[in-house]
Amino acid sequence: MAYSERVMDHFANPRNVGELAEANGIGEVGNSKCGDIMRMYIKVEDNVITDVTFKTFGCGAAIATSSMATELIKGKTIDEALKLTNAAVMEALDGLPPVKVHCSVLAEQAIKAAVADYYTRQGIDPTPIVGKIEDCDHHDHCGCGEH
Amino acid sequence: MKRFVYADNAATTPVSQTVLNAMLPYYTEKYGNPSSLYAIGREAKKALEEARANVANHLGALPNEIFFTSGGSEADNWAIKGIAHELAKKGKKHIITSKFEHHAVLHTTEALEKEGFEVTYLEVYENGIVKPEDVEKAIREDTALVTIMYANNEIGTIQPISEIGAICKKHGVLFHTDAVQAVGNIRINVKDENIDLLSLSGHKLHAPKGVGALYVRRGIRLPNLISGGAQERGKRAGTENVAGIVALSVAMDEAYANLEERNERLIRMRDRLIEGASKIERSRLNGDPVKRLPGNFNMCFEGIEGESLLLKLDFAGISASSGSACTSGSLDPSHVLLAIGLPHEIAHGSLRISFSDQNSEEDVDYILEVLPGIVSYLRDISPLWDEIMNQNK
Ligand SMILES: Cc1ncc(COP(=O)(O)O)c(C=O)c1O
Ligand code: FES
Ligand SMILES: [Zn+2]
Ligand SMILES: [Zn+2]
Repeated sequence: MAYSERVMDHFANPRNVGELAEANGIGEVGNSKCGDIMRMYIKVEDNVITDVTFKTFGCGAAIATSSMATELIKGKTIDEALKLTNAAVMEALDGLPPVKVHCSVLAEQAIKAAVADYYTRQGIDPTPIVGKIEDCDHHDHCGCGEH
Repeated sequence: MKRFVYADNAATTPVSQTVLNAMLPYYTEKYGNPSSLYAIGREAKKALEEARANVANHLGALPNEIFFTSGGSEADNWAIKGIAHELAKKGKKHIITSKFEHHAVLHTTEALEKEGFEVTYLEVYENGIVKPEDVEKAIREDTALVTIMYANNEIGTIQPISEIGAICKKHGVLFHTDAVQAVGNIRINVKDENIDLLSLSGHKLHAPKGVGALYVRRGIRLPNLISGGAQERGKRAGTENVAGIVALSVAMDEAYANLEERNERLIRMRDRLIEGASKIERSRLNGDPVKRLPGNFNMCFEGIEGESLLLKLDFAGISASSGSACTSGSLDPSHVLLAIGLPHEIAHGSLRISFSDQNSEEDVDYILEVLPGIVSYLRDISPLWDEIMNQNK
């Protein structure tokens, strides 16, 4: 298993890492049992994500995808951010090893969760806008199958 | 100052200079086929048989009880599948092993289960040690084989092999041990310890990858592994890896020549590393603190994930390993750490450091200098660590 240079760069020097005091939307996905937790903080002004940070417990790919996802949505409108797919995050990172694809799914879901939280705080039901947020369940994509 | 510290000797070791010097001539000058009659063939044959006698001697075995293989996995597969299939003919279709064997054993017993064998997987408890009385309780009329590793490859715990051997002998059950991690680190006598079959591998003790051996006590019927020529007394055909076999033999000489002195030094280094790393809050040692391989360190750091830790250590020049799911290629954390009762989320933050005689106290200093900062950086960016801290308030 080898990571691309982009992945290594975002892992070694993650962008937008830490908490965001002025955040008005915070989303967390994943669970520690499975191995990765991503928390995304967004600051929304006039429908635009003016600032975004993250905290991640996870592998190199999980940290790199979080970092890349924050870069890709910073300054974008909520609509644009919601359109960001895990495939786009992976592409921006020059790809991920197959077993790490779910880490990019988590990044996509973390953005949705943060946006959902923002709407909830605004008194708006997020479900029709954001859709269902999938919590990662590794057991269906565990490649081992032996135990 | 940055240094390069290879601290993953349980994964593999560098070939030592002495071993390399001993093996090289068998590629270039003494390249004869041991089955050939002429002088360089006889020379290779002689080297092969001397190596066999020497390997046997180190284990307290007889030369014709040693069969060279391509490594530990092959030896494990051969021993377990071979005995299982042989004794199934007598209606014995039950195997006893432990929950934390190497995959070379566990995936073999799983394959046998699919063929209709029954397998008992013994507990290894919090300290990572099999209880001999559990072995005795698990033995049945139809038990063909007990296979328990000598020392665990992840947490280094050393198993009560001679007690288990005595129990197996008493009940007339064959006993195999995967001693891949033990050979060269522990003195072993297969006769005294009532071991019927034993697997070993060269690359864990400064011989090259791709060479190993299976000891099979005289009188045990083990089916042939590879059909073909008469090599390895017809049991495992194929022109022998003479250079590798010579290397294995010399590596065992080296390992056992200064064993006590080296182990004393490694234990000192290991314990100092454990002591130093234990100062990191919410850390824990995995496996028995004393009954473990001299060079094995295995600890968990809560709130962080092992692969990230390994990558950061690698940036600092340190090669280590983790039982984290993320490094395993599958998505479940190490079966070894789960077997000793660690919750998934803690098993994720494990770090294994394994020293050999090529490591030094300066390596320990350097690891202790670098590790706490990396752990605290990863905790700073970890939402799980936040949760742990909040629960604790
Ligand atoms: C306990 C144990 N058994 C078996 C093996 C497999 O040995 P090899 O790599 O020589 O096939 C290893 C190491 O990889 C091991 O640590
Ligand atoms: S966090 Fe475990 S695979 Fe990504
Ligand atoms: Zn799982
Ligand atoms: Zn996941």
